[in-house]
Amino acid sequence: MSTPGFRLSRGSTWGLRALVALVLAFVYVPLAVVVINSFNSDQTFSWPPRGFTLEWWRRAKDSTGMIDALQQSLKIGVLATLIALALGTLAAFGLQRNRFFGRQAVSLLIVLPIALPGIVTGIALNNAFTTILGIDLSIWSLVIAHATFCIVVVFNNVVARLRRLGGNIEEASMDLGATRFTTFRLVTLPNLGSALLAGGLLAFALSFDEIVVTTFTAPADIQTLPLWIYANLLSRQQAPIVNVAAAALILLSVIPIYLSQKLSGDQTGGRL
Amino acid sequence: MTITSQRRPVRPTRHHRRTSGLAVLAAAALLATACGTSDSGGSSAKQPGGNGFQAPDIPMADSLGAGEGELNVLAWPGYAESGKNDKTVDWVTPFEKKTGCQVNVKEFGTSDEAVSLMHGGGYDVVSASGDATLRLIAAGDVQPVNTDLVPNYADLSAFLKDQDFNSVDGQMWGIPHGWGANLLMYNKDVVQPAPTDWDAVFGGSSAYAGKVTAYDSPIYIADAALYLMNTKPDLGIKNPYALDKDQLAAAVQVLKDQKANVGEYWSDYTKEVQAFKSGSTVIGTTWQVIANLTEADAPVATVFPDSGSTGWSDTWMVSSNNDHVNCAYMWLDWIASPDVQAQVAEWFGEAPANPKACDSTSKGFCDTYHVTDADYAAKIHYWTTPIKQCLDGRTDIECTDYNAWTDAWTEVKG
Amino acid sequence: MSTSAAQEVEPPRSTGLRRASAFLHRHRGVRVAGLVAAPVLWLGLIYLVALLALFVTAFWRVDFGVTVSREWNLDNFTKLYEQDVYRTVVLRTIVVAASVTVIDAALALPIAFYMAKIARPLVAKLLVVALLMPLWASYLVKAFAWRAMVTPGGVLDSAFGWTPGFGVSAVVITLAYLWLPFMVLPLYAGFEKLPNSLLEASSDLGAKPARTLRTVALPMVVPSLIAGSIFTFSLSLGDYIAVKNVGGKTQMLGNLVFDRQATDIPFAAALATLSVVIMVIYLSLVRRTGALENL
Repeated sequence: MSTPGFRLSRGSTWGLRALVALVLAFVYVPLAVVVINSFNSDQTFSWPPRGFTLEWWRRAKDSTGMIDALQQSLKIGVLATLIALALGTLAAFGLQRNRFFGRQAVSLLIVLPIALPGIVTGIALNNAFTTILGIDLSIWSLVIAHATFCIVVVFNNVVARLRRLGGNIEEASMDLGATRFTTFRLVTLPNLGSALLAGGLLAFALSFDEIVVTTFTAPADIQTLPLWIYANLLSRQQAPIVNVAAAALILLSVIPIYLSQKLSGDQTGGRL
Repeated sequence: MTITSQRRPVRPTRHHRRTSGLAVLAAAALLATACGTSDSGGSSAKQPGGNGFQAPDIPMADSLGAGEGELNVLAWPGYAESGKNDKTVDWVTPFEKKTGCQVNVKEFGTSDEAVSLMHGGGYDVVSASGDATLRLIAAGDVQPVNTDLVPNYADLSAFLKDQDFNSVDGQMWGIPHGWGANLLMYNKDVVQPAPTDWDAVFGGSSAYAGKVTAYDSPIYIADAALYLMNTKPDLGIKNPYALDKDQLAAAVQVLKDQKANVGEYWSDYTKEVQAFKSGSTVIGTTWQVIANLTEADAPVATVFPDSGSTGWSDTWMVSSNNDHVNCAYMWLDWIASPDVQAQVAEWFGEAPANPKACDSTSKGFCDTYHVTDADYAAKIHYWTTPIKQCLDGRTDIECTDYNAWTDAWTEVKG
Repeated sequence: MSTSAAQEVEPPRSTGLRRASAFLHRHRGVRVAGLVAAPVLWLGLIYLVALLALFVTAFWRVDFGVTVSREWNLDNFTKLYEQDVYRTVVLRTIVVAASVTVIDAALALPIAFYMAKIARPLVAKLLVVALLMPLWASYLVKAFAWRAMVTPGGVLDSAFGWTPGFGVSAVVITLAYLWLPFMVLPLYAGFEKLPNSLLEASSDLGAKPARTLRTVALPMVVPSLIAGSIFTFSLSLGDYIAVKNVGGKTQMLGNLVFDRQATDIPFAAALATLSVVIMVIYLSLVRRTGALENL
């Protein structure tokens, strides 16, 4: 990315570097506090920590509450992502390749669940399920809610990829005698592959960390990880374990980030 | 890039078709919702506590069968302990072992939350305070309780039975659990000399500016009303839950003055514990159980002012939409039994409804909490839902109801 | 080319699938309808209907308790207008959301530019990973971490002897912290798409770097800036958890909705409608800039 003509002065470049370093510090200090606190020997996290211990990490391993919550979050994340992948891809194909009346409205509709505040989505869906439809909340109300705001993430990724692909390669395939279905299976899908994976990964991340809509659409007997964290963050007994879960999430998050970066190739990764 | 999009010609017909398409969709949706909404069941003509309140016609259980294997409990924190907070404090696991009903406990912070959660469904029993019970009954979310099916009911204190807040037309709608007062908690090291009256958090709260706390619920207005009842008798407040417009305005002013010195309001009890522990709060209203939990990490003490206090008298109620009625009744009987009552009372710091619990409590506990003293119990101003018909008997003026209190509370917080 | 080879190729068999494919190819309308039917029905029936139902509920009221009575009335909206506190809270929320957006933009612009144009490719990649990682750390944990940071006696207090304490400033800092990645991402994408030749041309024409940045680079990333601002604004508009944690006694629109929805869903619906209106106005204003595609 060298720009021979355009060059910042040495002072500006170093000033910029300093700013970047400052922002990185700003971003990571609170996270570091959480990780350090997971080793804090004081159960109430007085600061600065007076001693360190591995006790909380040991207890976290046996915490059934946390493990159950983790399993629930994974299950719901996967289900919601699968639905979002299907619907998002369909919508992307429909909108990207064709011009039709209502196209703008549909693309606005897709963006709406994520552009509106979560609490509005939450109480609207809750009201719809419990009052209008009169059904009890269940795992499906939760999955449906999550899938709804995940669609846009997949949609944007696929649209971006379709834009890059252009239609020529598919036309060529059909000129050679393949049906639309065969073309989709053998030509389009493999090219979409990494976009789907990146979109799916982001959708999963959104669902995994979601708390507001979840509060309003989860049934009484399901506790996802965010719900579990929220319920236990300040409790004297459970808070250390929550801290451990948080620290683990922070440390493990490198993996999906690295993956999604790789998948997006040279294009900037992770369209939200 | 986006620059090209602006060169696309604007076609009026497309725009018109697009908006009309949306309009059709919107109209269809409105039609669907207007027809489909199944809630409401009409407005309740009269508010409970007033004359002519009709409780909804909900069938009552007349016999019990085997346990269903599961029970979803909605409880105040500290009412259904399962060893999570303290390994030795557990009366849920013995219940599970005895009845085979696996218990899931959900805790709530305010009566509003309880009412809302019960309305959403999924819970079988709820510990409702007096400001929630009537709302639950009116909403049709609970069923009347057949006291014959609860053997321990007979032993409960008589002054808790057939009250305005737990019975309608002679029919009990729940089993009394216990009662207690809201206390004033303070940090012994910071707040000196020790406070003796609510003035420390109202008129005198500027001494601890930024470190006062208060209960985050509209019902807290009653605490301000009680303060006015004692300090400004010419306002004519006789019952802190029966406030006309002017009296409410006066209470709101007291609370607004207090707000200047408040650091945080609390409804999550663990938050209050943490705030006292970290020192960001040094004085405020509390429950005994919170003080018990905070003592481990901070030097706190509580006081029940002579001028009286608001409080709560709690009732276990059974959900009307219930798959686990048998387990529910088993829980009601279990929680009303002397031994369990003793455990709950000591952990939470309240007076148990069953005086037989005094046989198992520590020495002097029942005297401290005036368990059998009906006169003392009458001095506490229990949480009640304010309604338009004045609860103090005034008929010449209309009082403010809970909706007005909710608006007032929002105004206080600003 | 030998024609005999071409004559030996048989036309493909006409199977059902092939006929369907041909039909779809000829009838564009059916094809499009088939593709968008499922997502549109899903979003329309589930989401749009839910939103409209909420809007309708705003015109009803509760009597005693939580029972909703379907008498049409404008009480909720009159209350919003008449009782001052609601105006105060809405204004406060908009100001906070705007401040958060401005702060995030100010922080993200230089960083995104650095990552896209100045840094070496490897460093840029590492920086992207480093700035995106917090997205995966739980929102709750980050919000509570800031509580630990600003609480009297907490991290900031021990390190600098000073802390903003619980209040509006803590809310602004925390929200700016939480939503920063949402602003960095689209800006980075925008800067990456910016052709270097444009910057070179500008310098060749004699502009100093500052001028180039101001008059050439900045206008080109405005859509990305707006895309990021949609997130920061919308997320701040409806937030109640972070506000509750670090805001002390501060109330914002999200808190009002959350507190009221428990027992007075019609009024909460009126408040929610208000926030939707604000967002829709914002979205329609920025739609022209094409920012929505950059989300």
